[in-house]
Amino acid sequence: MTRDFTAPEVEFVGVAKHYGNGHTVLEAINLTIEKGEFVSIIGPSGCGKSTVLKLISGLAMPSAGTIRVDGMTPKNARETVSYIFQDATLLPWRTVRRNVALALELEGAGSGQREAKTRSLLDLVGLRAVADSYPRELSGGMKMRVSIARALATSPRLLLMDEPFAALDEMSRDHMNEELLRLHAEQKWTAVFVTHSVTEAVFLSTRIIVLASNPGRIYATLAVNLPQPRAAEQRTSPEFDALVGKISHTLREARSQ
Amino acid sequence: MKQKVKQKMITLASSLAVLAAALLLWQLILLVFRVPPYMLPSPWAVARAVAARLPSLETAFATTAVEALGGLLASIVIGVAIALVFAQSRWVRRMLYPYTLLLQTVPIVAIAPLILMWVGAGTASVTLIAFIISLAPIIANTTQGLVSVEENMVHLFLMHNASPAQLLFKLRLPHAVPSLFTGIRIASGISVIGAITGELYAGSSRVGEGGLGYSILYASAQLQTDYLFALVFAATVLGFGFFFLVMFFEWYFLHRWHESARTPEVE
Repeated sequence: MTRDFTAPEVEFVGVAKHYGNGHTVLEAINLTIEKGEFVSIIGPSGCGKSTVLKLISGLAMPSAGTIRVDGMTPKNARETVSYIFQDATLLPWRTVRRNVALALELEGAGSGQREAKTRSLLDLVGLRAVADSYPRELSGGMKMRVSIARALATSPRLLLMDEPFAALDEMSRDHMNEELLRLHAEQKWTAVFVTHSVTEAVFLSTRIIVLASNPGRIYATLAVNLPQPRAAEQRTSPEFDALVGKISHTLREARSQ
Repeated sequence: MKQKVKQKMITLASSLAVLAAALLLWQLILLVFRVPPYMLPSPWAVARAVAARLPSLETAFATTAVEALGGLLASIVIGVAIALVFAQSRWVRRMLYPYTLLLQTVPIVAIAPLILMWVGAGTASVTLIAFIISLAPIIANTTQGLVSVEENMVHLFLMHNASPAQLLFKLRLPHAVPSLFTGIRIASGISVIGAITGELYAGSSRVGEGGLGYSILYASAQLQTDYLFALVFAATVLGFGFFFLVMFFEWYFLHRWHESARTPEVE
């Protein structure tokens, strides 16, 4: 497969999604995400945030419009896409090491390559000490690290994340946010990140998309022009506060629509 | 650690105390009500019967054990295979599930004469009866385990272009193992009951072949009540043996990752 380097990573043209019962989840979505962007999607519950990810991954099909991922159909692009779910979705019967290796195993990587890659990923996310533990022995934050390591194992160019840190306490969440940005800076994938948290969205993103609901649609798109690379201290800067305030305000507007 | 050992000793001692009390009560009833031995033999007479007829008890025990185990193993193999078919689609389940209910509801004593007619008296018939009676819980529990995989897990596999075989062997089957063991635990108890019941109808009467069920029939006809008690005791031991065997395998396969296997139900 030759890669079109000029194609945007994700492109939605006139996308709509209806359910069988006639309920419209998403309507008239036009969206372009360029390579290397970190885009967060935020909005009231029921606005179809997660559906956007399902559509990008080809796990759901649009009712109207076209979707291109790296110039291909979502299903054909899956090889270059990884999905991180809200729950860590680890296989409880596999050790941490074998959970990380799962994606590579499914895609048919040889055992030598699998082992080397798994080892380096475990080091990358700081899980080397628990490599042979089972998921039930891990904390929520550690489980999520395993999930992230597994997603990165196939060297994706696009990472879809559906509220991955929603279940974590604030301190672990902040820490995971910093880790995620470090990985993003090192590996330069594109990210589409669904979240409920405005501060998380501002801290992570280069761009934030605010959705309104009934039917789900893009209410506003806001650029986050905070300096890169981001550091934990930026969370307390006046610019950061101003952006959080602005986006919270937009979110309230979207909700009252 | 020492505390734990002490606690176990106390548990064991109190269990033994209950046993001693039961035996004492038994003996007391015999003395007070002057029950004739052919109605209720004394514990001592039962113990003597066990010692005196150990070889035939052993044979009966082994025969029934082999039949029940054969039926149980067959029900696991066939039951898992049927569950795999059931797991293919909701449509298949709706179409075929009522027939597994049939397995559960048909009284085994009603079909035993048929099996006797078709297969003839002996080990094969009894094994078949143990198999039929054990099958339903294996099918029901394994199917449940195969289809109750979380949607996101399936999505994860699909995102990495998993083949149907990978979905089955790397996701659905391992996910179904705890439920399979629940099914096996239920089936193990009733396979013993099935084998003993089967022997009442279709057991071999040839010397050295009759199992516990056949021997129970024989002993009761001869009013050998002490031997009858010894046989009941042997049947209980067999049931316990199956139960603990299954518990051991369950622990062995699941204790590292599954919550249910951490603390056995019998402490």
